[in-house]
Formats: sequence, C-alpha cells, structure tokens
Amino acid sequence: MLAVLFVGFAALLVVTSLMVVLHKNPVTSALFLVLAFCSLAGIYLLLKAEFLGMVQIVVYAGAIMVLFLFVIMYLNLQHDVETGVQIAVRRGIGWLVGALLLLVGATLLGAPAHGGSGWALGPANDELPGVEAGNVASIGRLLYSRYLFPFEITSILLLVAMIGVIVIARGRTRRPDESSRRASEGA
Amino acid sequence: MAALWSIPAVQSATWALVKVLIILHAMLGLVSYLIYAERKICGHIQARTGPNRVGPLGLLQPIADVLKLLFKEEFIPAEANKVIFHIAPILAVFPAIVTFAVIPMGPPPMFVVTDINVGLLLFLAMSSLGVYAITLGGWASNNKYALLGGLRSSAQMISYELAMGLSTIPVLLKSGTLSLVGIVERQAGWYQVGPTPLWLPNWGIFHWYLVLPFVIFLITAFAETNRAPFDLPEAEGELVAGFHTEYSSMKWALFFLGEYMNMIVISSIAVTLFFGGWHGPGLMFGAHGWLSEGPGWMGLVWYLLKLFVLMFFFIWVRWTFPRLRYDQLMGFGWKVLLPAAIVNVLIAAVWLFVRGGM
Repeated sequence: MLAVLFVGFAALLVVTSLMVVLHKNPVTSALFLVLAFCSLAGIYLLLKAEFLGMVQIVVYAGAIMVLFLFVIMYLNLQHDVETGVQIAVRRGIGWLVGALLLLVGATLLGAPAHGGSGWALGPANDELPGVEAGNVASIGRLLYSRYLFPFEITSILLLVAMIGVIVIARGRTRRPDESSRRASEGA
Repeated sequence: MAALWSIPAVQSATWALVKVLIILHAMLGLVSYLIYAERKICGHIQARTGPNRVGPLGLLQPIADVLKLLFKEEFIPAEANKVIFHIAPILAVFPAIVTFAVIPMGPPPMFVVTDINVGLLLFLAMSSLGVYAITLGGWASNNKYALLGGLRSSAQMISYELAMGLSTIPVLLKSGTLSLVGIVERQAGWYQVGPTPLWLPNWGIFHWYLVLPFVIFLITAFAETNRAPFDLPEAEGELVAGFHTEYSSMKWALFFLGEYMNMIVISSIAVTLFFGGWHGPGLMFGAHGWLSEGPGWMGLVWYLLKLFVLMFFFIWVRWTFPRLRYDQLMGFGWKVLLPAAIVNVLIAAVWLFVRGGM
C-alpha cells in the first residue's frame, strides 16, 4: 500500500517538476510547481513527517507560490520569447550545474548507506526516528535546544529582509500613506 | 470477498470511502439549504418574506435554482486561458471538502473520517490553497475587473491567514495537541477552578485567554470566506462581480458552492476549537449529564446545533454591516489583528506557564 502511494507521489513529483521547466507559459509552470510541492508533501506524509508535509503546503504552496504568481501575472510574460547570447550562456551554466547535481546525486545513491548497501541512503543519524518525526512537541524541543542558534540566525535574517523591503518601498515614494499601502501589498 | 474484508487496511479504506460519500452529499444538501436560509434570513432582515413560491415556504427553491444553473448556457471569453479557466472553480471547492476529512463531527471513530496528529495544520494548509481558485479565476478570465478582484482577494487572504493561524495557537497551547479530536476531548466536563466546578462547560471560549483569539478567528473567518464586511474581491459597486465576472452556469455555481462550503468548514473549526465540538451539557444522558455517557449520535446533534448557530451569525453579519474600504481592510489586518494575535499568544503562553498547565 505504502509502496504504491510512494510510486504514485514520486511519479507525480518527477512529471510536474519536468513540466515546471519545460512548459512555455510561466503561469502554468508556476502552477505545476505548486503541484510538485503538494506531491512532495505527500511523500513527507508517507515518511511519517506529517508536520513537515503540512508546513510544506502552508508555506510553499500556500504563501510563496501565491506571491510568485502575483509577480508573474504583473509582468505578463506570456508572449515573451527570450533570445540572445546572454540566454545561451545562462542555458549553458544551467546544463553544467544540472549535470553536476545529477553526478552528486548518483554518487550519493550508489554509496553504501549506514547499515545497508546502496540506494536507500538514510539520514546520517536518526534524531527523531519513526513516528517521532511527526511529533510537533519533539520537533519544537530539538529546534529550541540543539538547533537554537541556526533557528535564531534564520529569524534575524528574515527580519532584516523584511525591514529591507519596507525601506526600499518607502524610499521610492514620498507620500506616507501611499508607501505604507505598497509595503503591505509587498509583504 | 470475506478474505479481502478481513484485511484491516481494506476495511478502514472502505469505511473512509463510505464516510466521504456521505459527507459529500450531506455538504451539497447543506449548502443548497444554507443558500435558502441566507435568502430567507436576508429577506426578514430587510422586512421582506424571501423566497416563498416554489413549494411550501419556498422549500423547493434550492432545487429549482440548481436546475436552472445546470441548464444555463456556458460562456467562455475568447481570449481566456481555457485550461486554467476550467480548473479554477474546481479549486474553489476541493480544499473545503478535503478539510472535512479531519473535522470531528461526533465522538470517534464513528463520526470522524480520520484523526491525524496535524489536523489543525491541514485546515490551515487547505485554507491557504483556497487563494488559488480566486486568483486564477480572475486571471484566466482575461477581464480587468476579474483580475483586480482576484489580486485583491489574494492580498486579503494572505494577510488574514497569518492572524488566523496565530489566533489558533493559544488553543494549541491549552490543549497541547494539533489533533482536532484531541482538542475536543480536552474540552469535556465542567470548567473547574480548583476542585469546584463553575457549572460552565469546559469549552475553550469560557477560558478568559481564549476570548480574544475567538474574536480574531471570527473576524479573519469573514475575510477568509470573502464575505461581508470583507467581500472586497466581489465588490459589485466597483468591480462588476469581481473574480467571477466571466463565469456562468455551473462554473459560477461551483464558486458559490466553494464559498458556502468554506463557511461550513470555518464554522466547524470554530466549533471544534472554541465551543467544545461534540460536547454538550446534558440533554438526556447519564448521571453526569455528559455526552460520554450517551449515544454517539447525540454528539452529532450538538455539533450540528453549534454549527447552525455560527452559520446564522455569519449570515446575520453579512446583512448588517457595510463593506470596508480596501486600504482600511489591509491596515486593520496588519496593524490591529496581527499584533493583537501575537500579544495574545504571549499572554496565553505566560499564563499557562505560570499556572503550570503545560
């Protein structure tokens, strides 16, 4: 049962990810990315990481992709076909990085995992094994003890980014009510 | 057949499917009569009678409405993005139906489809996906009013989602679980201060630090379901009909189905978080007058009663308050609701920590 579901979600993930890259219409690409995030959330659920799966949908599919869609709709890229040397160089870099990533992935998959041989590379150490992975309380305990420093650094980074956005939005317009409206829409 | 039935996975899957079918049809019926109720209540609020021609008291009106919608001609704008135009109304309905998988409508296991340990997060995830229907519907129509309505709604829903998520956190702190069944189970019995019961049910709303979260949740619920006074996406005075300007026939009806289903879902979550879910003071059962002693279906009755009260409140508010202006709406969300919700999380956390309830 689990294997069937895994193959289903994994196939959906691969197909939708390919469509993100290959589809010509940017809005459709973005929608396929939403589907890809949802199938990834399904795989998290199968790994008993329910919290991660749900947060994946809330944060990525529900919030970040909506903002992506906003931007794409404003830009109206639908009829633009990009050409030129820059694009060719960018494509070349893309192929190179992709090939490198594939190589790294293949090496990792081929390497013998801890306790097993090949293919199934587990986590380096199971800090939250089995059912515990979905337990919100234990995740919170880990975040606020062992990973407190990275956690706080990340939140400061986000705070700085947020203040930066507000400063940029304020700098361009003089009228205070106008700028606050822009800031609230951009957040 | 009997051999197949003896596998536990097959049994649970079959029961889940049966429950899904029942819930789907119950929701469809409930929504059509919710619209009837809305028109009736609206009529009486405005000193009219409301629909009263089709059937006794106009009770067959929903059926006539749906039949009319089914036979209407479907119109698709020439420059519309056809595929997304078709997908958007489906996206309006499916998050609401998915959320019903985790809502406890009575004591488990009979009246709950599934009890997962992140039930509340599933609700938040699905309500955040609800934005897509409106944004995409507005964009794919290739109509400026529809697009403006769609953009407004996404900004509105993203802003109010944060306050809604934060307003549920004090409930989580109190009950210590994200499972909706668990949250309801911790609201059983009488509200006690020390050993003496206060003769108040132990529902969330009767705890002082959960009153403000409930108010915030209710306000954000109006914004999330795009209903008055927050129905900016379809402000007909300025945007024709908003995001569904170009929709007709059953596709238009699907948007409405989605709106009313979301109303039912959000009211159910409010009942679950703040009004003790299926618990109710003794109608009939047991020495203590509490449901754990009575039959399970009484839980369903209590749940439905509370649900109907909240939905009446939704309709009442819609026909009472005028619509807010867009910048007022955004300012209220970011500058009032969000800070209030954050402060409330702090207050609840400190109170629970000091009292040693953690």
